[in-house]
Amino acid sequence: MPTQLLFGTEVLLNGLMAGVLYALVALGFVLIYKASGIFNYAQGVMALFAALTLVGFMDGQVPFSHLINAVLGTDIHHFGWHINGFVSIILTMGMMIVLAYCVQRFVFRHLIGQEPIILFMATIGLAYFMEGFGDLMWGSDIKKLDVGLPQGGSFWIEENTQWLGFGNENFFGFFIDKLDIVATVIAAILVIVLVLFSQYTKQGRAMRAVADDHQAALSVGVSLNFIWVMVWSVAGFVALVAGIMWGAKSGVQFSLSLIALKALPVLMLGGFTSIPGAIVGGLIIGVGEKLFEFTVGPLVGGATENWFAYVLALLFLVFRPQGLFGEKIIERV
Amino acid sequence: MKLKLISAAIAALVAASPAMADLTFSSLSYRTGPYAANGIPFADGYADYFTLLNERDGGIGGEQVNLVECETGYNTEKGVECFESTKGTGALVYQPLSTGITYQLIPKATADNIPMHTMGYGRTSAKNGKVFSHIFNYPANYWDGASVAIKHLLDINDGDISGKKVALVYHNSAYGKEPIRTLEELSKKHGYDLTLLPVDHPGQEQKSQWLQIRRERPDYVIMYGWGVMNQVAIQEAVNIRFPMENFIGIWWSGSENDVKPAGEAANGYKSLTFHNVGSDYPVYEDIQEFVVDEGKAAGAGDQIGTVLYNRGLYAAMLAAEAAKTAQQIHGTSAITPAMMRDGMEKLEMTEGKMTALGMPNFGPSFNVSCENHGGDGYAAVLQWDAKAGEWNMITDYMQADQDVLTPLIDDDSESYAKENNLTPGCN
Repeated sequence: MPTQLLFGTEVLLNGLMAGVLYALVALGFVLIYKASGIFNYAQGVMALFAALTLVGFMDGQVPFSHLINAVLGTDIHHFGWHINGFVSIILTMGMMIVLAYCVQRFVFRHLIGQEPIILFMATIGLAYFMEGFGDLMWGSDIKKLDVGLPQGGSFWIEENTQWLGFGNENFFGFFIDKLDIVATVIAAILVIVLVLFSQYTKQGRAMRAVADDHQAALSVGVSLNFIWVMVWSVAGFVALVAGIMWGAKSGVQFSLSLIALKALPVLMLGGFTSIPGAIVGGLIIGVGEKLFEFTVGPLVGGATENWFAYVLALLFLVFRPQGLFGEKIIERV
Repeated sequence: MKLKLISAAIAALVAASPAMADLTFSSLSYRTGPYAANGIPFADGYADYFTLLNERDGGIGGEQVNLVECETGYNTEKGVECFESTKGTGALVYQPLSTGITYQLIPKATADNIPMHTMGYGRTSAKNGKVFSHIFNYPANYWDGASVAIKHLLDINDGDISGKKVALVYHNSAYGKEPIRTLEELSKKHGYDLTLLPVDHPGQEQKSQWLQIRRERPDYVIMYGWGVMNQVAIQEAVNIRFPMENFIGIWWSGSENDVKPAGEAANGYKSLTFHNVGSDYPVYEDIQEFVVDEGKAAGAGDQIGTVLYNRGLYAAMLAAEAAKTAQQIHGTSAITPAMMRDGMEKLEMTEGKMTALGMPNFGPSFNVSCENHGGDGYAAVLQWDAKAGEWNMITDYMQADQDVLTPLIDDDSESYAKENNLTPGCN
C-alpha cells in the first residue's frame, strides 16, 4: 500500500476518534435543546464543573477552602482521604442532579414562555456564574485526572498493522490512542442507553412528549419541571463523561469550558435536535478536518482544522439549515 | 444648594478614597478565566515582593509601595481598559503579561510617557530602545529563546546539528509565530531542517500535528505554546513516545502546570528560562517571615516557589531595582513614570546586587541602555524531574546568537519606526 495512503488511513481513523469526542460535547447541547428549546451556552462549563467536582471528590479536597481559610483564618485544603474513581463519579452525578434542580428552580422556572434569545442569554449568565462558582469551590489550579483510563498509543495496533507497510521503513503501524478507543466505546454505550431510555421508559417517553409539544404534554399530566430537571441532569451526566475524556488529555482546567467551541460546527452539521445527528456530525467534522489538514494543510501553512469545521458547518447552514438530521422548520403564515 | 451638595459629595469621595501611596506599581493580572492557573502565581509573586519591601525595608527609598491590581482575564480589550483606568493612579510601570495587550499598549504607553516592561514576551524588536523609547523587554525575548534552544541543541550534539530535523510546534497567533524567522535564519547558519506545525487556539486538539511528528520523526521539537496547548502537547508527545529530553518548550511552556497533568511520563521534558527556580534563596526566608507569617501573602499563599511565582517575584525585583536607580539618578524618592523610565534605561543587574538582595544566581547579569532595552539575551535550560516534582536548571545561562538576532531586531524596529513616522535616536 502506498505510504501516503497508509498515512491517510491513519489520519482518517484518528479523525473518527476525535469526532467521537466532539460528539460527546455536542450530545449535551442536543438533549437540552430537544427537550426545552434552550441553546445551552453553559454546556462547556458544565463539563468543566463536573470534571472539577470529580477531581475534588477523588482528592478529598475541601470545597470553598480558600474562602473558608480567608474568613476563618484556618489553613485547611484537604480532608486527608481519597475516594475511588467510581464512587466519585456517582457523587459527582449527584452534584450534577442538584445543579440541574437549582438551574431549573432558580433560573428557568422564572423564564417559562420567554423568547429563545432570553433563554440563551440566561445560559450565558449561567456559564459565567458556574465558572466563578467552580473556581471558588475547587480553585483554579490545573488538576491531574486519573480515573484509571488507559492513555498512549496502542502497541498492539501498531505491531499488528505494521505489515501493511510491506517493509516500508517510514511506516510504523497505525497510531491509535487507547483513550480514544475507550471514549468511542463509552460514547457508543451512552448513545444506546440514551436511545433506550427515551424509547422504552416512561420518563423517556415523557421527555419526547415535552420535546414535541410541551403544552400538549402538560395537558396530559406530564410535569414540565420534573422533565426539565431530568433533562438537565442527563445533560450533566453527558457533560461529566465529556469532562472526563477531555480532562484526561489535558488535565482539569478552566480551558475545558472552551470545548464547546468544538461542538458548535457539529451541531450545525448534525442538527440541534438529533442524537444520531450529533454523532454523525461529530464523525464528519472529525474526519473532515483531519483529512483536510493532512491534504491541504501543508499547502496553506497548516492550522486549518477550526476553519474547515466552521466553513463546512456554514455550507450546511446555507443548503440545509436544519442540519443533516434536524427537523425541517416549517412556519405557516 | 446644588453646589453645596456637589461639594459635599466630592469631599466625601475624597475622604473615602484610600490615601495615595508614594510609589504606585500596577499589576495587570489574570486570576480568572482559562489562563488563571498561570496568572495567579505570577501575580502572587509580584505582589509578595512589594509587600516584602514595604514590611521589611519600609518601601523603596523610604517610600511605601502601593500595588494597584487590575484583572484582565488575559483579554486584550480588558487589558487596555485596565491601563486606561489605572494610569491616573500614577503607576510607574506596566507589565501587561500578554503579547496581545502589549501590542495595543505600545503606542499608548509611549504617548503617556509611562514605561512598560514586557519580560520574555511582547514585541521582540522593542529591544531597540532608539525606536521603542518606553518599552523594555530585558532580560530576554522570544527570539533569544529560539536562539538559546538551538544553542542547547548544538551543545548536546558537539556543535553540529546539520541535517537534523527540528520541528516547531507553535500557538497559531502573533506570539507563537515570533520565533519562526529566527529559527529560519539559524537553520541557514547551522544546516538543520525546520518543520513548522501551527496549532489552532486554544490547542485542546493536536492530533494532526503529533501524527505528523510521528510520521516525520524530527530529532527535536521546540514548542511555543500557552495554556492548555502546553499540557495537551506534552501528553500527545507522551502518547507517540517522543523522547521527552528532545522536547524543549519556551519559558511560557515550562511551569509545573504544564507537566503535572501528564504525570511521570513527562519526566525529562525541557524548558527554557531566564530566571532560576525553586525557593532555596535567602529572600524566601524573608518572604516567609515578613509576608507569609504576617498573613500578608497574596492570593491563597500556596504558590510560593513555583516557576511562575518566581517569575513574578523576579519581575517585581527588577521593577524595584529600576525604581531605586531612578531615585538615585533624579535625587528624589518620589519618582514619576518618566523618571522610572530613566531608571529602567540605566538599570544594571550584577551578581553582587542579586546576592545582596537574597537572590544569588537568580537571573543573568545584564545592563540596559538607550540602545539596548532587552539586556544581553541570556537564558538557561530547565529539565523536569517528575519523581521529585521539580524543575532543575541543567545548563548555565547562555547568550543568544546576537550576530543573527541583532540584524533581525534592527530590521523589524526600523520597519516599525517607518510605519509610525518615528525618528530613532537616543536623548
